[in-house]
Amino acid sequence: MLEIKDLKATIEGNKILTGINLKVNAGEVHAIMGPNGSGKSTLSSVIAGREEYEIEDGSIDFNGSDIMELSPEERSHKGIFLSFQYPIEIPGVSVSNFLKTSLNESRKAQGLEPMPAGDLLKMMREKMELLEIKKGFLSRSLNQGFSGGEKKRNEIFQMAMLEPKLAILDETDSGLDIDALRIVANGVNKLKSKDNATIIITHYQRLLDYIVPDYVHVLYDGKIVKSGAKELALELEEKGYDWIIKEAEGK
Amino acid sequence: MKLKDKLIQAYKDGATRGLSFEAERAKHIQQLEEMGFPTIKDEEWKYTNLLPILKKDYQLSESISKVTAQSLEEYILTDTDTHLVVFVNGQYSEELSSIDDKHACICSLAEAEVKKPEILKKYWGSCLPENPDSLVALNSALSNNGTFIYVPKNKLVKKPIQIVYITNEVSADLFLQIRNLIVVEENAQVQITERHQNFDGKEVFTNALTEINAAANSIIDFYKIQNDKRSCSLIDNTWVNQEKTSNCTVDTFSFGGKFIRNNLSFLLNGEYAESNMRGITLIGQNQLVDHHTLVDHAVPNCQSNELYKGIFDDNAKGVFNGKVMVRPDSQKTNAFQSNNNLLLTDSASIDTKPQLEIYADDVACSHGCTIGQLDDEALFYLRSRGIPFKEAQAMLMYAFTNDVLSNVKIPELKEKLNRIIAEKLGVELNIEV
Repeated sequence: MLEIKDLKATIEGNKILTGINLKVNAGEVHAIMGPNGSGKSTLSSVIAGREEYEIEDGSIDFNGSDIMELSPEERSHKGIFLSFQYPIEIPGVSVSNFLKTSLNESRKAQGLEPMPAGDLLKMMREKMELLEIKKGFLSRSLNQGFSGGEKKRNEIFQMAMLEPKLAILDETDSGLDIDALRIVANGVNKLKSKDNATIIITHYQRLLDYIVPDYVHVLYDGKIVKSGAKELALELEEKGYDWIIKEAEGK
Repeated sequence: MKLKDKLIQAYKDGATRGLSFEAERAKHIQQLEEMGFPTIKDEEWKYTNLLPILKKDYQLSESISKVTAQSLEEYILTDTDTHLVVFVNGQYSEELSSIDDKHACICSLAEAEVKKPEILKKYWGSCLPENPDSLVALNSALSNNGTFIYVPKNKLVKKPIQIVYITNEVSADLFLQIRNLIVVEENAQVQITERHQNFDGKEVFTNALTEINAAANSIIDFYKIQNDKRSCSLIDNTWVNQEKTSNCTVDTFSFGGKFIRNNLSFLLNGEYAESNMRGITLIGQNQLVDHHTLVDHAVPNCQSNELYKGIFDDNAKGVFNGKVMVRPDSQKTNAFQSNNNLLLTDSASIDTKPQLEIYADDVACSHGCTIGQLDDEALFYLRSRGIPFKEAQAMLMYAFTNDVLSNVKIPELKEKLNRIIAEKLGVELNIEV
């Protein structure tokens, strides 16, 4: 589904990604871990199409076609979704209106008519139930005054509505208490299918107790320095990142 | 003939005379003669050049023209019951106006001379300073009509009052002096909207002056909708006097017109009074909108809140000058001022200047101005949800103006402003209010 080859990216002259290789197939869950500043968030932004980064080299293919030249909205229309670490507050634009705009723009890009209001509301209700979101939520201004947990739940709510092929969850566990973490993870798990894939970007192993990855990658200094099965995450939790850094630098 | 001389001559000829106050008028025309029009050498006009507008050869009055009620609809609130006061070419239109003044006296200023001479005499010019600037002097010397609203003690005007100044079928470029007098007595309440609207694309230059007298415990909300044709210029002078525990709001929404200068001045003259002034400016091309505000905290324990948001596209130019004066004995004053601006192009500009003069020591005053671009991170967020660039920009601009809009107390007006904003931003936004 996603194939990244030798991806190098800079921002304002600083090298952030120095040669990423990653292949994600449909039905898989990949976890990308790594210390602060290793390039995790940059990688997710670059996949989603953030324009501030300069791509020096490499390629990103999504379902067999090169997406490097596509805008963020075009990538979204193709089925890429990024759950933000820090969702943006948009006063005056309600959650329901935002979702309606977002969903109908995606439908428009696929040549579909806007979703009838009744169907849309029904779909929203179903997905809200999945994420244990209360009724009044829809009419609130997007992310404004939301608690950390509400923001993250709202991200997964949007994901549930847009039904992406590839979901990238950037530090979705940060700032979540254990109940919110369980709800969010539960939502993600229920949305998983053999046709979609998930990349979980995280600092800690905690979220991976709930969403079990097929593969774990360690990002350091803009590169994936180690990949393994889910046990690697446990090892990292226990021993920290130092041994991998030493191993990587020793090479 | 230069415009100034033409105006003085018109005064001497008595051509535009309508109301009384001869002595005051003589004084004011003399003030105009002495001062002349402001130039960019005046501190108050440093960033706004009036000269190109003054150069035109204006006629100073025009007869009333036929305007249908239907053609008016686009410019007024039609989905709620209101009092409607309509002037065409500076003349009151009995035909288009619809007023039921059971609880208040709502009429033209000329009519007020007959209906409420004592109120008119007491309040005409009462909000103005002894030595006003030349535009105030000019209006006082030559204005002969406008809207008069008198709300007696303990009365509530339930329906909003809409004031519309239309110009239509004007034979040559026109310079108008419009005068409003609003008197709201103790414990009374009123909501007013005002709009200047040209129909025929002629160059119309309006020098308007509104005096608002807010007696003790009164509540006044005044909304100015400035969305005129690009051929039109407006200088809008608003002077508010507030007595104790009164609450007065003047919100200004500037979208249209070629040149707009707002001079908005509040005098807080009684304790525990509250003044609110807010604005949204959303302009492009070569438009100019200048907001000059003054809040004079003359007594203790008052509050003023000021919030102006501006979005400037193309070569548009904005000016904001917010003066707050806290007099030596005005302890426990709360004065808040904020001016936030978005520049969408490199050639758009804003000159913003907070000006606080605080002579009391136990006060809470704050001011802040920002000039910026749309937040890239926020744009990326919306685009990553499939919302195209242009719509994403519009959504953020809408959000940027939202805290001003959310304060509008007439729901139908809020909706109308929403529609104007969406139209200006060039998108269809189904944003509920």
